[in-house]
Amino acid sequence: MTTMPVELDNPVPEEDVRPELPWITIVWNDPVNLMTYVTYVFQTVFGYSKEKAHKLMLDVHFEGRAVVSSGSREEMERDVTILHDYGLWATLQHDR
Amino acid sequence: MTTGFHSAPRGGAFIQIDAGEAGLLRSMAALVLQLVEAPEPQDDFAALVGIGTSSVKPEDPVLARLFPDAYSDDAEAAGDFRRYTEDDLRRRKRENAQGVLDQIPPRGGEITLDLADAHAWLKVLNDVRLALATRLGIKDDMPAVELDDELAADEKAGALSVYSWLTGLQDSLLRALTGE
Repeated sequence: MTTMPVELDNPVPEEDVRPELPWITIVWNDPVNLMTYVTYVFQTVFGYSKEKAHKLMLDVHFEGRAVVSSGSREEMERDVTILHDYGLWATLQHDR
Repeated sequence: MTTGFHSAPRGGAFIQIDAGEAGLLRSMAALVLQLVEAPEPQDDFAALVGIGTSSVKPEDPVLARLFPDAYSDDAEAAGDFRRYTEDDLRRRKRENAQGVLDQIPPRGGEITLDLADAHAWLKVLNDVRLALATRLGIKDDMPAVELDDELAADEKAGALSVYSWLTGLQDSLLRALTGE
C-alpha cells in the first residue's frame, strides 16, 4: 500500500510532501471467465469482502476494466502474477 | 453422468465421475501440461539464476492469453517482466495441471479435494476453457461461435460442448466452495 501524505502542523512550502504516484493493478473484461469465478478470485487473492469483490467484478464486466489494487510497483507485479496464475487478464501501470 | 461438485462435509469439495468423464478430464489436464511446457531450451546461466529467455508475447493466441503482457502501455517493461516471471508462471500452471491429472482415477470414481486442491482445479479448468475459447474464437459473453475455417464443423461442435461442460463443472466447484 502507498504511504499516506504526512500532515505537518506547520507545513513547509518548499518541501514537496506529495506521495509518489502509486501503481495500480487493472483487471480487464474477457468473455471466458465466469462472473462467479472473478468474484471468488478477488476474495481469495485480496481478502476482499463478498460485496467489494462483487462490485469490482461488475465494474470489470460492465465498464470493461477495474482497478483492483494499488501500491508499490513490486506489490502490483506480484498481484498481476497471481492473477495471471488464476487466468485473469491483469496488467499494471502507474496511476495517472 | 456426473452431477458436478458438491461441498465436502469438512470443507473443500467432492465429485463423482464416470470413466468417460475421467478420460475427458485427464486429456484436458494433459492439454494444459502440453501447452505450458517450456517453449525452448534455456540458457544455462539464466536458468541457474531463475531468469527466462523469452521477452516477447507468444505468437500463439492461446499462449498469449495464458501468458498476457503485464504492462499494456510499456513494451519494454512488459518484456522485462516476462523474462523474469514467465517461466515461473509456466511452472505453476504445469504443477497445477499435473496435480489435477494425478487426482483423476483413470476409470472414474470419487475425487475429494481440499481447498488447495480445489484452487488448482479452478485454475486448470479455467486454463482449459481459455484455451478452448481462444481456439473456437469465442469473443462474447454469450458464446456465439465465430467459426474458424481450419476446424471441421463436427470438431467445433464437439469442442463447444466440452467447453460448455467444463463451464458447468467450474461453476459447480465454485458453488461447492462458497456454499451458494
